Amino acid sequence: MRAVHVELIDILIIALYGVVVLGIGFALRGRMQNSGEFLLAGRHIPAWTAGLAFLSANLGAQEMIGMAASGAKYGILTSHFYWVGAIPAMVFVGVFMMPFYYGSRARSVPEYLKLRFDEKTRAFNALTFAVMTVFSSGISMYAMGALLSLLLGWNIHACIIVSAVVVLAYIALGGLTSAIYNEVLQFFLIVFGFAPVVYLGLREIGGWEGLKARVPETFVHSWTGMARPDTNPLGVEWFGLLMGLGFVLSFGYWCTDFLVVQRAMAADSMNAARRTPLIAAVPKMLFPFLVIVPGIIALGLTLHPAGGAAPLLPQAPSGGYDYNMALPMMMSRYYPAGLLGLGLTALLASFMSGMAGNVTAFNTVWTYDLYQSYLVRGASDSHYLYVGRLTTVVGTLISVATAYAAMRFNNIMDMLQLVFSFVNAPLFATFLLGMFWRRTTGHGAFSGLVSGTLAAAGHYELTGVAGGGSLLGKIAVLHVYPSDMAQNFWGAIWAWTVCFVVTILVSLASSPKPQEDLKGLVFGLTPKPSDAALAWYQRPAILGILVLLGTAALNLVFW
Amino acid sequence: MGMDLRKPIGILFLVYGLILIVYGLANPHPVLGLNVNAIWGVVLALFGTFMLGLSMRSTSSRR
Repeated sequence: MRAVHVELIDILIIALYGVVVLGIGFALRGRMQNSGEFLLAGRHIPAWTAGLAFLSANLGAQEMIGMAASGAKYGILTSHFYWVGAIPAMVFVGVFMMPFYYGSRARSVPEYLKLRFDEKTRAFNALTFAVMTVFSSGISMYAMGALLSLLLGWNIHACIIVSAVVVLAYIALGGLTSAIYNEVLQFFLIVFGFAPVVYLGLREIGGWEGLKARVPETFVHSWTGMARPDTNPLGVEWFGLLMGLGFVLSFGYWCTDFLVVQRAMAADSMNAARRTPLIAAVPKMLFPFLVIVPGIIALGLTLHPAGGAAPLLPQAPSGGYDYNMALPMMMSRYYPAGLLGLGLTALLASFMSGMAGNVTAFNTVWTYDLYQSYLVRGASDSHYLYVGRLTTVVGTLISVATAYAAMRFNNIMDMLQLVFSFVNAPLFATFLLGMFWRRTTGHGAFSGLVSGTLAAAGHYELTGVAGGGSLLGKIAVLHVYPSDMAQNFWGAIWAWTVCFVVTILVSLASSPKPQEDLKGLVFGLTPKPSDAALAWYQRPAILGILVLLGTAALNLVFW
Repeated sequence: MGMDLRKPIGILFLVYGLILIVYGLANPHPVLGLNVNAIWGVVLALFGTFMLGLSMRSTSSRR
């Protein structure tokens, strides 16, 4: 199937993007004189740049395609992944956690764990994170190649290799600065490339009222059906949603994942670092209109096609609709040659920003937390700069290899992602205790992380999903959840709780670090950044409150 | 800081805008009654000009 025809003008628009992306890398190449410039962007990124990059690094193509797909599958309830599952955590990391990350002068999140706790906690986090980032960048590379070959009839191998080479080139040339600058460009391309879909879709369907008339009632209300799992399409109730997604998973990602936190750590001052996630939160709050609404419109045009046309969404081979085609089908419906080039550029941009985020985070963790800490200590800085550049190449090669593995063995990749989710679930308990309770010890943190990960795996092994299969064999099914999402959210809640309790118990039984070693790392032993002298729009607390008020208002409007 | 990021962004969007305006006027392909290429081209060109304007203003004020 070839859903979309590309003309010369579209290729020209895509090629111009490639030229500018590589141009930014070339322009920055002279500045890469030491490893700090290459791997940490020399900590001189202004707040607005870091903020847009913070958001963009998370906007992989899978996010764009996936959120539109969820819009078609679950309706406006998908907004919970933004208004519940992102914004509160982004405000928290900016206002409360950044003083410790940035103030500690740690070069990475694992290095913060080393400073706060001990070597084994850092090693556990650095290793799992490094493996996860290269694998997920490979998986998204495969997803992108598969989509482009399906849509445009392009060769999947060419798609994977060319996009990997472009990302590799601009990072190897300009390091983290180049990745961040390109992420800002990619952010604007994503916004301007997808916005016409929303406008044209709403225009055709008769605005929000017309949309409401075409889709089921539960698809246009975000909270009305959340009292019980059987009254909403997500199959989860409000408590599991708020605690599992809104607290454990969301804070675990936005507050501890080095992929995003790295952008804030590259900011040029403490104040800029704290404002980075808050600046990112403003567009994040509005993104449901850009990515979810087109999905709901696609469903509307499928259930009630306009003017005798065929249903918009194709049938999936396994039955039901092929939701992943929601955004591409909307683009091919409304975009003539020209605008289509811009839309495809936006897709490519989102893919590259997600991949570059993975590659730069992997570079830093590998070079500083693994290579410099365990393999070759005390070498000259130019050696580590060289290793950082080499890591870009090696990391990209492993990602490409993973992409090919994903092409051959889809199940193994799904299984790996499941195992990664076990590792991620308890993380936030460790950081919360580490930053806000000075009595937390290294032994406590490490045993909490390990037992939390085991609890997540155990929960998965002991529960099932109604009518669903399983990737791994089950030991026993003690409880059946109404949906995958409910199982996932509740597994995270269990993992977090086990990690929290075990960390406290083991900490109380072991001896804490002396207080002078914890200065700058823990609440109460770190001078509070004073922002009394700043204008209101530069004060993190005020920005945070405004963002939360805006999010609350959006929830009420779409209640 | 060596490079003003607003400049490449401004140039790219201005060029994109001009391409879409010219292409849209030369090959009208209305979607829902709108010449979307030309209209969106104007929006992109305005955004590009705005970014370039910001970049030039800060260069001149630094001097």
